[in-house]
Amino acid sequence: MLLKNFLNMYIEGFKNLKIGKTLWKLIFIKLFFILVLLKYFIYDDNFKNTYKTQETKIDFVYKNITKDR
Amino acid sequence: MMEEHLVDWSRAQFALTAIYHWLFVPLTLGLGFIIAIMETIYVKTNSDFWKKTTKFWMTLFAINFAIGVATGIIMEFEFGTNWANYSWFVGDIFGAPLAVEGILAFFMESTFFAVMFFGWDKVSKGFHLLSTWLVAIGSNLSALWILVANGWMQYPVGMTFNPDTVRNEMNNFWEVLFSPVAISKFLHTISSGYIVASLFVVGISAWYLLKRREIEFAKKSMIIGATFGLISSIFIIINGDESAHQVALKQPVKLAAMEGLYEGKKDAGIVALGILNPKKTLTNDEDTFLFELEAPYALSLLGYHDIHAFVPGLKDLVYGNEKYNIIPTSQKMAQGKIAIQALKDYKEAKRNNDLIAITKHEKILRENIKYFGYGHLNKPEDIVPPVGITFYAFHIMVALGSWFLALFALLLFFVLKKDILKYKWLLISAVASIPLGYIASEAGWIVAEVGRQPWAIQDLMPVGIAATDISSTNVKITFYMFAFLFTALLIAEIKIMLRQISIGPNGGH
Repeated sequence: MLLKNFLNMYIEGFKNLKIGKTLWKLIFIKLFFILVLLKYFIYDDNFKNTYKTQETKIDFVYKNITKDR
Repeated sequence: MMEEHLVDWSRAQFALTAIYHWLFVPLTLGLGFIIAIMETIYVKTNSDFWKKTTKFWMTLFAINFAIGVATGIIMEFEFGTNWANYSWFVGDIFGAPLAVEGILAFFMESTFFAVMFFGWDKVSKGFHLLSTWLVAIGSNLSALWILVANGWMQYPVGMTFNPDTVRNEMNNFWEVLFSPVAISKFLHTISSGYIVASLFVVGISAWYLLKRREIEFAKKSMIIGATFGLISSIFIIINGDESAHQVALKQPVKLAAMEGLYEGKKDAGIVALGILNPKKTLTNDEDTFLFELEAPYALSLLGYHDIHAFVPGLKDLVYGNEKYNIIPTSQKMAQGKIAIQALKDYKEAKRNNDLIAITKHEKILRENIKYFGYGHLNKPEDIVPPVGITFYAFHIMVALGSWFLALFALLLFFVLKKDILKYKWLLISAVASIPLGYIASEAGWIVAEVGRQPWAIQDLMPVGIAATDISSTNVKITFYMFAFLFTALLIAEIKIMLRQISIGPNGGH
């Protein structure tokens, strides 16, 4: 019952939105841009993906923080 | 060899992202409490007027929240790509507070945010009010964790460097959380958000009064906004004093840059108003200022809580001052180089399984680790941040902060004791001060971040080492892409806000 009321609150809330509809559109466009386009096409080549194991990560950072300038 | 200007482009990109992100955050931090206060009045008085008032400001809060939400995630992507060395080196110290922030923000803000917006007439008044307060408290608690992480970068504590993993590992969570730098940073930053939000409320209320619209709504909102702003302004002076004290103790180079202080002195004054001489450098004898107006003793008092205290200048900090036990940067650089060599020797000894050598080099590393970052500097003068930017940003922040205190006091007096509608100059000043609040708040961040250059982590890692060696073309492309995205979001926010403001408190949300 409590869960049903809670869900109804959301459903009715979304139905009755005025300015909120524009905001939700903006939120979805932005999230798509950040979480899909940026994450998978721009920032896919990151430290975590490039260096899969703990050892390769350590080796990469160790070399960078000890190399002669 | 790292591409030329890559570090600068990576820094510019991070600065752009952080500056834009910070355009959305301060309003959320402060407006949440202002709305909660208004709703509390509504629940106490049961007046429809206060319900309508609360709903209006809540709508503007939602617009800002919706446009700003998730803009901070881009910075996390940047950590992994542009700042890989940094991300690994900070280990779980940075990760733990950010993880707590993520969980807290998700559960507290998103759950109670829905009740706050959709729950009118669906839940009891008391529960709705509780949700509104929890959204305000939740967003401020989120900020706490981010600022704890930032405070650690300014003053790293509560950790041990592990030479096997080349990471810093947290050994005392409470020392990280209750670091005096983190606490003063948190209080100073959130109170700046309260002032931004108060200026937003009084500014929009003033606009209605200038238009002779929604008079009662605007006056009542102005009373709450100005009162909240006045209290926050007094509070920010108190915690600003503590922030400056912490900077003096933990980041004296930053304090010297904030005041354009090249030669250390006792009984040091604060330059209340001044123009820096662009010809001045660390090594020449040119005057520091073309023009200056000084408040005597104030810097010694602010920095060390003693009007006669010696405040070290940039020259003392770079070249050392024996009389005041300030060691020269060249000595720290030598110790830093010993630490870097000890790390290399330790790794070599590990590979050879030479137990005696392992113990010996680890001991040398531990003795010199606090100056590890200095080993990467090219010359002692590298510890000096851009003095001009730091000095002007600090003075803009202080000057605007003083103006806001006066503005809130004047508005409160005139709205309570006089017919404020007759004082057009004051109302125009209030409207014009909305962007000034953002400028002051961003200037504060510029002091904090530019003023601590060249460090990504104070004394341990300069930005040149923190950055990843990637193509600068990619960084440039994403820089312009973000500039476009954030500008578009900002324009959208302003347009939607203006439309909603012009509809007024009688419109829906």
